[in-house]
Amino acid sequence: MIPEALILVPLLTGLACLLAKASPRAVRTLAMQGTLATLALAVLLWLVHMKWLAIDPLTARSLLELNLPWIPALGVSLHLAPNGLSVLMVLLTALLGVLSVAVSWRGITQRVGFFHFNLLLILAGILGVFQAMDLFAFYFFWEVMLVPMYFLIDVWGHENRHYAAIKFFLFTQVSGLLMLLAILALYFLHGRSSGAYTFDVARLVDTPLPSPVAFGLLLGFFAAFAVKLPAVPLHTWLADAHTEAPTAGSVILAGLMLKTGAYGMLQFLWLLFPLAALDFAPAARVLGVVGILYGAMLSFAQFDLKRLVAYTSVSHMGFVLLGIFTPNELAWQGAVMQMLCHGLGTGGLFILVGYLSDRLHTRDMRAMGGLWASCPRMGGAAMFLAMAALGLPGMGSFVGEILILIGVFHVSPVLAIVASGGLVLATVYALWMMQQVFHGREKVRAADLRRTELGVLAVLIVLLIYLGVYPKNVFDTFNSTIKHSRTFNSLMQQSQIEDP
Amino acid sequence: MLDWLWVIPALPLAGFVLLVGLRGLPRPVIALIGVGSVGASAALALLAAVRYLSAAGPVVPIRQVLWTWLPLTSFHPTIGLHLDPLSLLMMVVVTFVAFWIHLYSTGYMACDGGYGRFFAYMNLFVGAMLVLVLADNLLLLYLGWEGVGLCSYLLIGFWYTDPANGRAAMKAFIVTRVGDAALAVGLLLLYWHFGTLDIQSIALQAPHVWVSGSGLAIAAAALLLGGAVGKSAQLPLQTWLPDAMAGPTPVSALIHAATMVTAGVYLIARMNAIFELALPVGQVVAVIGAVTLLLAACSALTQTDIKRILAYSTISQIGYMFLALGVGAYSAAMFHFMTHAFFKSLLFLAAGAIILGMHHEQNIFKMGGLWRRMPLTFVTFLAGALSLAALPFVTAGFYSKDLILYETLASQRGSPVLWACGLVGAVLTALYTFRLVFVVFFGPARREPQRGGSARGTAALGCGSFQAQKPEPPAPTHISWTMTLPLVVLAVFAIVAGAVELPKNVYQVTLLSDWLGVVLPAAPQREHLPSLAKVQIIAGAASLAGIVAAWLLYRRFPSAVRVLRLVRPWRQVYRLWQGGWGFDWLYRRLVVEPFVYLARANRRDFIDLFYGAIGESAKLLHAVLSWGQTGKVGWYAACLVIGAIVLITILVLT
Repeated sequence: MIPEALILVPLLTGLACLLAKASPRAVRTLAMQGTLATLALAVLLWLVHMKWLAIDPLTARSLLELNLPWIPALGVSLHLAPNGLSVLMVLLTALLGVLSVAVSWRGITQRVGFFHFNLLLILAGILGVFQAMDLFAFYFFWEVMLVPMYFLIDVWGHENRHYAAIKFFLFTQVSGLLMLLAILALYFLHGRSSGAYTFDVARLVDTPLPSPVAFGLLLGFFAAFAVKLPAVPLHTWLADAHTEAPTAGSVILAGLMLKTGAYGMLQFLWLLFPLAALDFAPAARVLGVVGILYGAMLSFAQFDLKRLVAYTSVSHMGFVLLGIFTPNELAWQGAVMQMLCHGLGTGGLFILVGYLSDRLHTRDMRAMGGLWASCPRMGGAAMFLAMAALGLPGMGSFVGEILILIGVFHVSPVLAIVASGGLVLATVYALWMMQQVFHGREKVRAADLRRTELGVLAVLIVLLIYLGVYPKNVFDTFNSTIKHSRTFNSLMQQSQIEDP
Repeated sequence: MLDWLWVIPALPLAGFVLLVGLRGLPRPVIALIGVGSVGASAALALLAAVRYLSAAGPVVPIRQVLWTWLPLTSFHPTIGLHLDPLSLLMMVVVTFVAFWIHLYSTGYMACDGGYGRFFAYMNLFVGAMLVLVLADNLLLLYLGWEGVGLCSYLLIGFWYTDPANGRAAMKAFIVTRVGDAALAVGLLLLYWHFGTLDIQSIALQAPHVWVSGSGLAIAAAALLLGGAVGKSAQLPLQTWLPDAMAGPTPVSALIHAATMVTAGVYLIARMNAIFELALPVGQVVAVIGAVTLLLAACSALTQTDIKRILAYSTISQIGYMFLALGVGAYSAAMFHFMTHAFFKSLLFLAAGAIILGMHHEQNIFKMGGLWRRMPLTFVTFLAGALSLAALPFVTAGFYSKDLILYETLASQRGSPVLWACGLVGAVLTALYTFRLVFVVFFGPARREPQRGGSARGTAALGCGSFQAQKPEPPAPTHISWTMTLPLVVLAVFAIVAGAVELPKNVYQVTLLSDWLGVVLPAAPQREHLPSLAKVQIIAGAASLAGIVAAWLLYRRFPSAVRVLRLVRPWRQVYRLWQGGWGFDWLYRRLVVEPFVYLARANRRDFIDLFYGAIGESAKLLHAVLSWGQTGKVGWYAACLVIGAIVLITILVLT
C-alpha cells in the first residue's frame, strides 16, 4: 500500500504539473505539496517498518508490500518490498525531493511545468528503484530515472549542457544494457534449471550458477552500478553532468542517483552472487581506495567551484564502495551512513553553490574571495558543510568513514591505512574551497542567504549533526535488513572464523 | 556523585550554539554568554575537584555514560565521561585558564567586528577540549581532538581578509590532520586487537594481550605518537605553530600555549599502558622531546616577533613534557603542563597588552623601555618570564622543570645525554626569555606609541577599520580591568603553582604526584640516584647563567650581538634558526609543490581522454563512412566492382 503510493504520488503530481495549464507559482506549489506528501509517506513507511512490523507483522506487511502480476506470461511482477536499507534510501529521496523543489523556486523560470514533471518523474523512478524486488521492475525504474534526468541537464543546464547530457546518457545507457544482459541471462539460467521463469529476486537467489558464470553476471551488474556510483575509472561523466545540471539536478544526481548504484550493489550483488562477490571484493576495495584518493586530488585541482564539489563525490563514494565490499557489520553500517550523509552533505554543497552562482553569475573560484564579509550566514553554512565533507567527528560523515575504516582494517589493514590518507586530502580540498571562496581579500560582494535559503541548508546541517551524534535510528533500521539477510549471516560466520 | 559532570563540557557548547544561533546580540550579552558559560564551567569544575578530592576512601574514577554513540553489536563506543585525577587536573586547568582568557578577551577584542564569532569559536573550543580530556573512549577523545583542531583553524584564520592568515590556518589544520590520520589508524589497530576503544578496558587488557615490546604494541604506540606530535607541534610536525600566531593573541594564549597543544602530552599520559609496553617508542618520545626543545629554543632566540618568540618557546617547553613522558615520568610532564599553562598563557596575555599598547607592533626591536609606561604589564610579564626561565626556588616553572631534569637522570629510561639536552635547553630558555624582557621593557623607547597603528596592525586588529559594528573607541592607552585582572591572577599562579609539588630536600610536598600516582605509573628509578641538591644547583645555575648572558648580550654589551651577526657562519646559522631550521622549505619542496603540481597537471582528468578518444574515433568512422555515401550511382558501381575484385583475389590466393 505505502510503496505504490510512494511512486504514484510523485508520478501523478508530475503529470499534473505538466498538464495543468497553471501559473508557474501554482505549479511550484503543487510540486511542493506532492513532494511533501511523498515525504510524509516515507516517514510513515519508516514508522510502519520500525514499529508496526514488530507489533502486528501481518497487517504491517500488507502495508509494506505490493506484489502485482505485470506480465504473467514472462514471470514479471510489480513486486515492491522495501526493507530497512530501502526505507533509509526512500527517506533520503523524499527529503531531497522536497529540497529540490524548494531550491528551484526562484532559479527555474522557463517551462516550469515540464521541469517539475521531469523532477517528479525522476523521484518516482528512484523511489521505484529503491523498492523493487523484481529485477524486471528494477530495470524498468532504473531506466525511468534516466530520460527525465537527460532533459533536466539538457534543457535547464549551464553552458556546456548538451555535451554533459549526452555523456551522462551514454555512460548510464551502455552500462545499463550490460545489466540488462546479466538480468536476462540470470532469468534464463534460472528458468532452465528450475522450470519456472521469473524475475523475482527472492526466487532468483537460489539459481545454481557455475562460478565463472556467476562472476560474469556479477560484472554485468557491477558495470551499471559502478557507473552510477561512480567508481574510478568510470567516473568521468559525473563531473560534467553535475557541473552542468541545474541545482536541483545536481542535488538529485549527487544525493540520489549515485546512491542507486551503491544501493544496487549492497542490495543485490551480495544477495544474488555471494561467492562471486567475495572473490571480486578485493578488486572492488582497491577501486574504492583509488576513488577516495583520486577524487580528492581532482577536487583540489578545480577552479570551477561546482566541479570541485562534484569531484568530492568520487572521493566520498569511494568510501562507500570500500565499505560495501567489506562484508562485516561495521563496514556495511558505515557504508549506509556514508551514503546518507553524502546525500545530505554534498546535496547541501550543491545547493550552496547554486545560491552562490545565482548571485555571482560565475562558478570560477578565482573570481571569488572574501565573501564571508558580505555573506556571513552563507559562510557559516558552507563551513559546516565543508567540515561534513572532510569527515569532522560530530558530523554523520565521520561515523560513516570511521566505521568503514574500522571494518576494512579487519580485512585489509593496508587498504585501511591508505584510505585514511583520504582524511588528509579531504581536509586539503575542503579548506581550499573555504579559503578561495569565503576567506581572503574581499573581491566580490553578494547578498546573504534569505531566510528560506538558510532554512533549507539548516535542515541538512541539523540532520548531519544529528546523525553524527545519535545515529542509532539509522543503525536500527538497516540492522533489520542485516539480521534477516541469509547471505550476511553466513558471511558473518565466515569472517568470524577469519578473525584473529 | 557528580551527576552533573556532563554540564561542565555542555555549558561552553551551549554557549557556542547560542552565539551561532542568535545573531545580532548586543556586545554585553555576547560577553555574558561567552565568558559566563566558561566561567560557570570553571566554577563547576572547581566544585567537582573539591567534591572529588574530599570524598572519603580511595580515589575511584567516576564514569558517566550519557548515551551509546554507535550502538552496534560488535562496537559500542559511548558518549561517556571519565573523571579520574588526570582528567580532573586537565579539566580544572583548562576551564580555569580559559575563563581568565575569555575575560581578558572581552577587553582585547572589544572593538573587533567579529566579536560574537570570536566568542562562539572560543566557547566551542573549550567545549571540545573538555570532551577531549573527559572522554572515556578513544573515539570520543578523537571527536574532541578534531573539534579543537577545527577551532584552532577557525581562530587562526579569524581575521580572514588577510590571505596570509588563511594560509596559516590551513597549514595548521592540514599538518595536524596528518598526525590525526596516524592517530585514526592507531584507533583502528587498537580496536582490531581489543574489540573496544574504551580507554580503561584497553589499559586493563593491554598487558595481557601484548607482550612488552611486541611489534603491534610498538606500532600502536607509534601511531598514537603520530597524533601527539601533530597536535603538540613536536618534530617533525612542528612547523604549523609559529604561523598559528596569525590568530588573535588570546587565541594564542588559550589554544596555542595553554591547552590544545598539550593535548598530545595528555594523550600519551592517558595511554601510558600502551607506551609502557612499547619502550622503544618511549625512547623516541624522549629523543623527539629533547631535540625539539633544543631546536625550538634556538629558533626562539632569533625571532623578532614577540609572539613568534613565545610560539617557539611553547614548542620548546612541550619538548620538555615529551622528554619527561619519554623517560616515564608522566607526573612530571603533567606538572610542567600545569605550570606552563599558567605562565605561558600569562606571557601571551601580557604580550597582547603590549601589542595593543604599541598599536599592533609585534617587533620587539621597535619596542623598548616599556617598564615605565606599562608597569603592571611589566611586573606580570616578568613573573611569567621568571617562571619560564625557571628562576630557582621562587617560581613554579623551576620546580616543574627541575623535576623533569631530575627524572631524566633518575629514571632507568633517562640518560645523561638527555639530561644535558634539557640543561642546555634551560640555558637557552633563560637566554631567549630575558632577551625578550630586556629588549622590550628596558633600554631606550625606540618607538612612541602612535595613534594610527601600523598598516598590518589595523588590518588585523584596529578598531573601526575592520567592519566594526560600533565607532572606534579611544586608543587603549590604559587597559581595562578585564584585561589586567587575568594578568594578575595568572601571575600569582605562575609563581605559586609550583607549591603543589616540591623537591624532597626543600619541603615534603608531593600532592600532585600522589594524586596522579593513582592513574600514572612512576618512572622506574635507577639504583644509584643522583644527588637531588646537585641536580638542583646545576639546573638553577643554568637558568641564572642564561639570564646573566641575556643581560650581558642585550643590556650591557648590545654591540656584541650586532658584531656577532656580521660574522659569516653565524649569520647563516642565524638565518637557519630564524627560518625554523628549514623544515618549511623542505616540506614545501618534498610534499606541497609535487602534490599541487601533480593535481594541477591532471586537472582535466587524464582518464577522460580515453572516453574522449572513443567518441572521437566514432566520429572519425562516421566521417569516413559518410564520405563514401555520395549518392552517385557510378561511384557505387565502381565500389562494387573494386570490392568484388578484392574479394575474388583474396579467395583465389588463399
